Amino acid sequence: MNEQKQNLSVFIILILLFTVHTYTVYTSGTENINSTRMNTSAIKGKALWQKNNCTSCHQIYGLGGYLGPDLTNVYSRYGDGVKSFLNAGIESMPVYSFSDQEQQDLLEFFKSLNESGFYPNKDVEKTWYGNIKIRDKTR
Amino acid sequence: MNKKTHFSFLILGIISLKLGLFFGLLAGAQYMVPEFLKEIIPFSQMRELHVTMVISWIILTATGCIYYFISIDNKLAFPKPEKEHIIIFGLTGILILISILTNNMGGREYMTYNPLLFFPIIIGWLLFAINYYQTIIKKIVFGPVYLWMWMTGILFMIITYSEAHLWIFSFFKGDVIKDITVQWKSYGGIVGSWNMLIYGTAIYVMSKIKGDDRIAKGKIAFFFYFLGLTNLMFGWAHHTYIIPHKPWIRILAYGISMTEWIILGSMILNWRKSLNQKQKINSPAYKWLLSTDVWIFLNLVLALLISIPTINLFTHGTHITVAHSMGTTIGINSTILIAAIFYIVSKENKFSLNKYKKRLNIAFWLFHISLLVFWGSLLYSGYLKGIWDQMDMPKTSFSEFITDLKPVIHVLVSGGLFLFISIEFITNPLIKALINKSKK
Repeated sequence: MNEQKQNLSVFIILILLFTVHTYTVYTSGTENINSTRMNTSAIKGKALWQKNNCTSCHQIYGLGGYLGPDLTNVYSRYGDGVKSFLNAGIESMPVYSFSDQEQQDLLEFFKSLNESGFYPNKDVEKTWYGNIKIRDKTR
Repeated sequence: MNKKTHFSFLILGIISLKLGLFFGLLAGAQYMVPEFLKEIIPFSQMRELHVTMVISWIILTATGCIYYFISIDNKLAFPKPEKEHIIIFGLTGILILISILTNNMGGREYMTYNPLLFFPIIIGWLLFAINYYQTIIKKIVFGPVYLWMWMTGILFMIITYSEAHLWIFSFFKGDVIKDITVQWKSYGGIVGSWNMLIYGTAIYVMSKIKGDDRIAKGKIAFFFYFLGLTNLMFGWAHHTYIIPHKPWIRILAYGISMTEWIILGSMILNWRKSLNQKQKINSPAYKWLLSTDVWIFLNLVLALLISIPTINLFTHGTHITVAHSMGTTIGINSTILIAAIFYIVSKENKFSLNKYKKRLNIAFWLFHISLLVFWGSLLYSGYLKGIWDQMDMPKTSFSEFITDLKPVIHVLVSGGLFLFISIEFITNPLIKALINKSKK
């Protein structure tokens, strides 16, 4: 009986910790000094990104597919020139027909990504116990 | 006990696996020949067909096994909602396929289907939860660990699958870091949840083959269960070490991830030691669970290595991450589920697979050798990608890198082809036996 009580107590404590952890992650844990909130156009661009499942080939912060390049900082590399890739349909990329407004929305989305951080970020400090410290770059 | 609905889950699960591998092969072909089927089903749709079908295999089969197992010693509380559950999942599956094929997506990676389909899916899970808790409610507290694992898996699937859809709210979707975090935190939880369902199934099958519930009871069993639960809750951030969130998230996940995978491996190894020789020879389920051991070992080493942030810096965003996920979903989850189906089919009629013995044996080895080739080529691709990411990026373009990678991709797709063939050989007799049983 004691063992069952113990198991139940551990289960309940873990659930409580999970609740606190989740709250803290989504509030103070994910505050980013670089990141500003996306504007309406960028949010529309993000919706287009999802609707067309761009992540099946492309990555953001190294997360996503492997057939195309990572696009976290594509804006800093090409600026407004990013638009010229969108409807090109090169290699495996489907031939899209994004309108001018949609292209602008996607561009705003890439701008927001670019402002949020760097990938791959080589400016990290490695600790003796295997951890890394990411140095924040201010723009 | 009316087993027809349980078997329907298993049959649908196996069909999903076959389709998943088929779409995976086509996606592999698109890697080699970019224009292949591009106008009909582009890679952006093909990959999702593959992913959706493979996830369906895992969920449907684990669900069918759990319904079957809890119905052996108990009267299922609500047989009708079980039927409604499979109808909802079956119809939603069709809607997901339509959503992907018509490019009417809008969800996140791995759940790219129209987000409105969240509702029928969560209703299916709620029906499962009500049925499960009502059926075994009096047994859970004093029950073996697999009852706890199934309970936790169902509960956390509901919590984390709902959490995965928080991105719909502007608080999350308007902030890049919160948006990425909600995705990968919840996905870590979802995988942890289905692992609970599958590992619970593995422990159930082990204890039944052994004819001894002791491995599923006692302090050690529950210690490992709680360790698994802790990983499910707090170990997700190894996917996002490089994201600029607060450092404590990374440190916490790093610490917890180091305990991962030891859980089930240790349990299966202990169980194997205590089995007698006769049981070893006679049980195909046992053979598959033994092979799980090997994959647990390989993936344990890989998971531990890539959870160390300094190593993760090199492996993140490379095919090594894919090797980790493929190694665990195919090498661990699928071998356990195949073992569970073998156990169920043999329990129903122990002679039904006799005539396929030789074929099943060849397919068993073909499966593991193909998977090893597949897994190894993913690791090697990831190694090359890691070098490209870290050193060569400014010198060679991405498309040049992809071209250089093609010989390895050929090996990868060949491994996938033989894996597909082996699964055909393994699952056809199983599906036939299940259909025959459903008719009776």
